[in-house]
Amino acid sequence: MKILVPLKRVADPDNANKVKPTADKVDTSGLEWKINPFDEYALESALRLTEDGKAPKKRLGEVIVVTVGPKETETTLRSALATGADRAIRVDAEDDALDGRMVAKALQSIVEAEKPDIVLMGKQAVDGDTNQVGQILAERLDYPMATFAATIQEEDGGVLVSREVDGGVCWLRLKNPCVVTVDLRIVAPESVYSLKTDKSFKHNDGVRFAALPAIMKAKKKPLDVKTLGDVAAGTELTAKYSKFEPPPQRAAGVKVADVAELVQKLATEAKVI
Amino acid sequence: MPDADDTHELFRKSCLRFAEEKIIPHVIEWEEAGEFPRELYNEAAKDGVLAASIPEEYGGGGGDMLHSLVRTEGLLPCGSTGVVAGLGSLGIALPPVMILGTEEQKKRFIPPVCRGEKVAALAITEPGTGSDVAGVTTRAKKDGDDYVISGSKLFITSGVRADQVTVLTRTSEDKHSGLTFFIVEKGMKGYSVSRALKKTGWWASDTAELAFDEVRVPKENRLGNEGSGFVALMQNFQGERLGLAFMGHATAEVVLEDAIAYSKERSAFGRPIAGFQVTRHKLATMATKVLAAKTLNHSVARRVLAGEYLVTETSMAKNFAAQVAQEVCYEAVQIFGGMGYCRETRVERLSRDARLLPIGGGTSEIMNEIIAKGLGL
Ligand SMILES: Cc1cc2nc3c(=O)[nH]c(=O)nc-3n(C[C@H](O)[C@H](O)[C@H](O)COP(=O)(O)OP(=O)(O)OC[C@H]3O[C@@H](n4cnc5c(N)ncnc54)[C@H](O)[C@@H]3O)c2cc1C
Repeated sequence: MKILVPLKRVADPDNANKVKPTADKVDTSGLEWKINPFDEYALESALRLTEDGKAPKKRLGEVIVVTVGPKETETTLRSALATGADRAIRVDAEDDALDGRMVAKALQSIVEAEKPDIVLMGKQAVDGDTNQVGQILAERLDYPMATFAATIQEEDGGVLVSREVDGGVCWLRLKNPCVVTVDLRIVAPESVYSLKTDKSFKHNDGVRFAALPAIMKAKKKPLDVKTLGDVAAGTELTAKYSKFEPPPQRAAGVKVADVAELVQKLATEAKVI
Repeated sequence: MPDADDTHELFRKSCLRFAEEKIIPHVIEWEEAGEFPRELYNEAAKDGVLAASIPEEYGGGGGDMLHSLVRTEGLLPCGSTGVVAGLGSLGIALPPVMILGTEEQKKRFIPPVCRGEKVAALAITEPGTGSDVAGVTTRAKKDGDDYVISGSKLFITSGVRADQVTVLTRTSEDKHSGLTFFIVEKGMKGYSVSRALKKTGWWASDTAELAFDEVRVPKENRLGNEGSGFVALMQNFQGERLGLAFMGHATAEVVLEDAIAYSKERSAFGRPIAGFQVTRHKLATMATKVLAAKTLNHSVARRVLAGEYLVTETSMAKNFAAQVAQEVCYEAVQIFGGMGYCRETRVERLSRDARLLPIGGGTSEIMNEIIAKGLGL
């Protein structure tokens, strides 16, 4: 089993108050970066799918992580290598030179070269929340796709995915190669099973730690660099940002005397009923 | 000066995550109880944050000295220096084994500690001698193939629970060349914990007085030759003092963060207290001190990592950061007002914990003596 996991680094949501919108972009200087949480969950799922939960030290497949971004994003890749990914690819690009379609095009070239069985990714990045790269990628590759996966079970030549939808659970059976995007429940103890992991096994809740020996070994794992020209030649940006501004300040709340006043305010001021 | 590579940053983040997930939810309970569960050693070992700079072949993390130092930065936001010091006692107890031990001794005494199965402590200080480390009177007398150890040790971090203690003893009358390290193991006849000490801070770390009443120790537990203790002790102090220096700036950084946040939330006279220039300037000065201490510590640490032996600078770093921690903690408590005097806040706990920094691992006066000597005085 070979799995490709695209990763994006995002500004730590705890620093959101430090984000300064300027005329046509968001000033990111001085921010702390971390892996987009949903991408971390995708990586954890990929690791679970390429091991026997009982003997996780022995790798039973290959996990390749890829990011599109400037040199500093290599720390993001190395942190993924330290948690267990086998090798990494960085496509060199400035954040301003990217949109969802461009990233999907770059990933498409890498998928065509690497031929993974599964592309496993976060359902969306918590910065722009656009929720589109997985879908655009699957469309471009003409691969089957499951979004918002809550559980994944490896099957012979494919995967069985469950998605939580209004009113129940939707099951999708996909043939490899495929694209799967994951939701946060995917890192629960009983969410992901490789063919080798016994169904009675429970994984540790959440994503695994990068222990120091693994961090040291990650330095020696391969990290290839490509240029955006290598993988997305001739692609133009389709999304152009013209203006950024902070969300409006929340107004202070008001106390109401009784239900009648509440209903009246909901109707005339909040205009929600 | 070699740059720290991103392994240090990644490791700091792993430690921070460990602090957030495995310590913070219980920290008040453990502080009040005066200890943390022993299983935390196993957990820390499993998550790879316990023995950072011990080579992997002995079960450690295989990192360098800077990895153990950034571990302190990563763990300290847990808000209990006691937990950090308790988990960290192996960082002072194992280096003498690494420096002096035979291959067999390293294989025997190091891996169980790195796995979190055994707790290790270092015992230098005695009721009768602290600053004058070479004044140690705990005696190890040769008797056939064994040694018989008699004496007592005071203020020993993790001493109450220790399974093995790296003990500095006197094997001859020569002040400096008469010192020898031994490993004394729990269960050896005559070895006992006399009492657990109640302290100003570091509550979650057990601190003991230990008694050695004619403890018979086989020569296989002697580290190095007779008389080799002093040099290893001095080498070990360098790591310990840098560790305490890092504890200093990390403590100050954490309480500064809390003070900034609190000053924005807390209102008085109709506006956030951060709106008073007095408070703003206080915070500005605190932040400047934190940066100065942190920068000095990192610069000394990186030079030591590159192979320099910096006794004077290490003492300066320890003194400066310890002092910064006092000042910044004092002001942070002040900004918190009454809340800063209440045990539920991180600021209150860390301000008590910080008082140890100019005392432990060599007092500020002793550091200044070393610095003065370095100046040729
Ligand atoms: C919480 C805690 C944990 C500790 N953990 C350990 C541990 O794990 N292992 C261990 O071995 N020890 C440990 N210690 C002991 C610590 O290292 C000593 O307390 C410290 O070295 C000071 O020694 P002392 O307490 O005997 O003070 P003293 O040496 O009695 O000093 C008393 C005062 O006299 C001053 N003084 C002494 N000599 C001079 C001089 N030449 N010039 C000027 N002033 C001088 C000192 O600076 C100090 O102000 C710990 C202590 C504490 C409080």
